[in-house]
Amino acid sequence: MNGVPVIQAAGLSRHYEVRRTFFGSAGTVRALNDATFTLSAGQTLAVVGESGCGKSTLARLVTLIERPTAGQLKIGGIEVDLASAGERRALRRTVQIVFQDPYGSLNPRHKIGAILEEPLKINTDLSASERRERALEMMARVGLRPEHHQRYPHMFSGGQRQRIAIARALMLNPRIVVLDEPVSALDVSIQAQVLNLLADLQEEFDLAYLFISHDLSVVRHIADEVIVMYLGSAVEHGNRAQIFSDPRHPYTQALLSATPMADPERQRHRIRLSGELPSPFNPPSGCTFHPRCPYADERCTRELPEMRDAGGGTMAACHGIEEDRVPHIAA
Amino acid sequence: MSLLEIKNLTVEFKTAHGGFRAVDAVDLTIDEGEVVAIVGESGSGKSVAMLALMGLLPWTATVTADRMAFDGRELLGMAAAKRRQIIGKDIAMIFQEPMTSLNPCFTVGFQIKEVLRRHLSLTRHERGRRAVELLGQVGIPAPESRLSNFPHQLSGGMNQRVMIAMMIACNPRVLVADEPTTALDVTIQAQILELLLMLQRERGMALVLITHDMGVVAETAQRVVVHYAGQQVERQPVKGLFRYPRHPYTSALLKALPERSHDRRLPSIPGVVPGQLDRPGGCLFNPRCVWATDKCRTVEPPRHDGGVGGALCHYPLDEQGEPTGREAEAIS
Repeated sequence: MNGVPVIQAAGLSRHYEVRRTFFGSAGTVRALNDATFTLSAGQTLAVVGESGCGKSTLARLVTLIERPTAGQLKIGGIEVDLASAGERRALRRTVQIVFQDPYGSLNPRHKIGAILEEPLKINTDLSASERRERALEMMARVGLRPEHHQRYPHMFSGGQRQRIAIARALMLNPRIVVLDEPVSALDVSIQAQVLNLLADLQEEFDLAYLFISHDLSVVRHIADEVIVMYLGSAVEHGNRAQIFSDPRHPYTQALLSATPMADPERQRHRIRLSGELPSPFNPPSGCTFHPRCPYADERCTRELPEMRDAGGGTMAACHGIEEDRVPHIAA
Repeated sequence: MSLLEIKNLTVEFKTAHGGFRAVDAVDLTIDEGEVVAIVGESGSGKSVAMLALMGLLPWTATVTADRMAFDGRELLGMAAAKRRQIIGKDIAMIFQEPMTSLNPCFTVGFQIKEVLRRHLSLTRHERGRRAVELLGQVGIPAPESRLSNFPHQLSGGMNQRVMIAMMIACNPRVLVADEPTTALDVTIQAQILELLLMLQRERGMALVLITHDMGVVAETAQRVVVHYAGQQVERQPVKGLFRYPRHPYTSALLKALPERSHDRRLPSIPGVVPGQLDRPGGCLFNPRCVWATDKCRTVEPPRHDGGVGGALCHYPLDEQGEPTGREAEAIS
């Protein structure tokens, strides 16, 4: 059932109250501002950005680990904030997550069988033999051998561990899988194996992927839609082909230009961003990107831009695009 | 005479299961002003080879080489005190994790001045001035005020700049950068690579860049060495390597890059890099190679010199990506 929306987020925000020093006044970190998107079954939505851009916070909200401080999140048509405890428990089964580091996300003291059966033990009333059967089935599906059932995580390579983590996420037949940098800890030859596996599983189970990554070449390969984030806010949102062929936001342009491409004979227009990511405690006024933006003017330092249609079906938050100050670049 | 010349470098580790050869017959020559990239997956011995050059391996490692010379002087067998005068001064190394390679207990100013104190005879005052100058050169804003900062007060990118400042403090002639940007964000990675290349050009340094990222290789290196399981399987100038890879491993690695594929399914390489206990016979790549024959499984491949990228393979690939020499063998 391709195209059924499984996640609808509107104005989703998460702010944290923090005290920087013991006696100091409390401040607010705006980890995620006003995220709005729809994710449908069988589709992949990629969220890209550098550290501190709020992509992992978004993952925590979608997997119901944390509640948003503002905004509305609907999963499978049910509004999460109004859901009863029982409904929330059921919803959690439909959203699963795979983490970046396959070394840290598997309990070293549990055998693979126990790791895979644990979700069933907690969430279903299957018998021990049924659970085992399900685990073996899933292991075969992700390319692990039956004898691996009795082994411990340390006996596997990084790529195999990531297969285990993916198998664990699929044990409860979720409809949505959040993939938080699932291949960035893996070598290129293993990365390709895992990306292929993810593509196969998506087709087979009609999964919706929320794919979080900083690696644009992987995103270009796997995504249907892309959200580019900077310091907690989305700056550009559109379909993959459009964003990669005609990036509109100056940050997206810079990110694409900074990503090294494996072709030494390619000549291209380079945009180098100066400066570092600003501190989220003390974000710049107006457009948070203006101190690093080559096209910023006085209005950008004052006024926060809103997401607007930037042509070609993409949305971008930038005064410069509206006023035609940002040139098109061929990526 | 080359600035740095390594011939037949082999590093073996003593382990509970016997000897493990992490680096196997590696050659590397590099001249002033050259940028050479060593590329390979984890466990391919690329870092260990350079650590052996720097003399930074633990006692469990046995380093042997026919020649390991810097500027004509043989490093292996040189007295430790004498070698230390070269290492850190003429040959410097930058590591992957700036956060863990700087000492958290000392200010960055102290750590930069320590290098100067070790290797150069400057007065205290001159050292202070030079440290400020160095931080300025690597693009740290307000360098005077940064000297008294501790590493935890700086971002990852800034710490990597401090590491680079330390390493170029004594005007090294060879700089080894071991995955210098892997821990950094993309826009910061671009800044750091640009800085390294700028310094390399300005000072005519030789730069050895260790990386697993083919994109970084394509954009920075002049020559490339591809490592697999401790061996150099291919050596080529960068354009040739990306256009006509000669070793099946290089070819498969390039095809597995998402950006080079137009299909939803990537042409992946089956299996994993062999570890200590599952080394195959013959060619080390044969269990994962699509072209492997019985000969590959039993006979160690020869090194081809000249036109075929120095490939370590029985049947190096031609420009169409097809293996050569198989038909001739089948006939005879």
